[in-house]
Amino acid sequence: MTENEGKVKLLGCWASPFSRRVEMALKLKGIPYEYLEEALPNKSPLLLELNPIHKKVPVLVHNDKILPESHLILEYIDQTWSNNPILPQDPYEKSMARFWAKFIDEQILTVGFRSLVKAEKGREVAIEEAREKFAFLEKEVTGKDFFGGKTIGFVDMVAGSIIPFCLARLWEGMRIDVIPEDEFPELNRWIKTLKDIESVRECIPHREKQIEHMMKVSERYKLA
Amino acid sequence: MAKEVILLDFWPSMYGMRTRIALREKGVDFEYRDENLREKSPLLLQMNPVHKKIPVLIHNGKPVCESAIQVQYIDEVWPHKNPILPSDPYQRAQARFWVDFIDKKMYEAQRKVYATKGEEQETGKKEFIEILKTLESELGDKPYFGGDDFGYVDIGLIGFYTWFPGYEKFGNFSIEAECPKLIAWAKRCMQRESVAKSLPDPEKVVEFMAMLRKKFGVE
Repeated sequence: MTENEGKVKLLGCWASPFSRRVEMALKLKGIPYEYLEEALPNKSPLLLELNPIHKKVPVLVHNDKILPESHLILEYIDQTWSNNPILPQDPYEKSMARFWAKFIDEQILTVGFRSLVKAEKGREVAIEEAREKFAFLEKEVTGKDFFGGKTIGFVDMVAGSIIPFCLARLWEGMRIDVIPEDEFPELNRWIKTLKDIESVRECIPHREKQIEHMMKVSERYKLA
Repeated sequence: MAKEVILLDFWPSMYGMRTRIALREKGVDFEYRDENLREKSPLLLQMNPVHKKIPVLIHNGKPVCESAIQVQYIDEVWPHKNPILPSDPYQRAQARFWVDFIDKKMYEAQRKVYATKGEEQETGKKEFIEILKTLESELGDKPYFGGDDFGYVDIGLIGFYTWFPGYEKFGNFSIEAECPKLIAWAKRCMQRESVAKSLPDPEKVVEFMAMLRKKFGVE
């Protein structure tokens, strides 16, 4: 059996951008996998066994190897299956990709979801603060087809799972437009192009279901 | 002549310490510049416009931000001496998992230990000890987190050790009593030249923490 053969299982959730992005990578590389849906917020005994520290999806199981945390899973997949690479080879470019991925999952998620939902200083201020952060991404994708360059890569999967198919659905439910086309032409262009990519398209959660889900999640978060 | 590697840092930062150690492990010559965080240099603001934070590693004029990312970068650019991350993809993912764990959990818990009081401090102490015990359990009986060799997770955690005397003093507890194996591990790491040269005097860190406590109105 070669290095990358063997069974791949993914523990995920249909609405989780973190597990969707892993599916994008698996599909892009043509890796067959068994998908196990977690009925969150209830956590199955399997999830608690596979990810005792964080108790979160996604978890990838490859033969006897167990991997939590989507960024780690994506890099592991890229190193184990070398076709259609998603990370650059150059150490500097790679460090930039890791930087943006971290920025997206920390800062963008905070301003695009948490701060917006809590809106401690009012909604308008929250939207303005979100736009300040999105401006960095707008700049980063300018002049490129994708964050990864000519083809989609690590940052596209991280940003692509979170922004258009998770956060944007929340914003739709809240009836706000955080990244209007006139202010963010490049990001909007990138989103449109992303939808043409088969491995991305297959990983977009159902729109109405997702809007309903995000509104429920935001209600829970507000009360927390 | 501009130095090839410049590190913008702040002497008590446990994150900056990671990068210092990694550079020294590789024998890379670098220029260390201590930042005044109340008056950040134009270079810092230019090199890290997104976060405006230290540490920033500048290599041939190009910035690399975020300490964990810097350590991985250093390992990839200077691969031949003292490898920091394992070459096996799964072992590498495991090492990165633990540094990610430290990054997600340690900051808030340790902040509560020394910079708050009363119930918030007690909660912080419980959380902090639990985090250290989880790490100690991962270490097990190995000399280092990665096994026989000093590596990524050791580098990720050791900087916090200089803050331990301060946590103990202001939190009024003993970390060694709770996590003796972790203390033994830390002392082992301190014997390494790259670590000893990169960590400040813990007494100075205690003074710094005392100053912060006054600033937060806790003293």
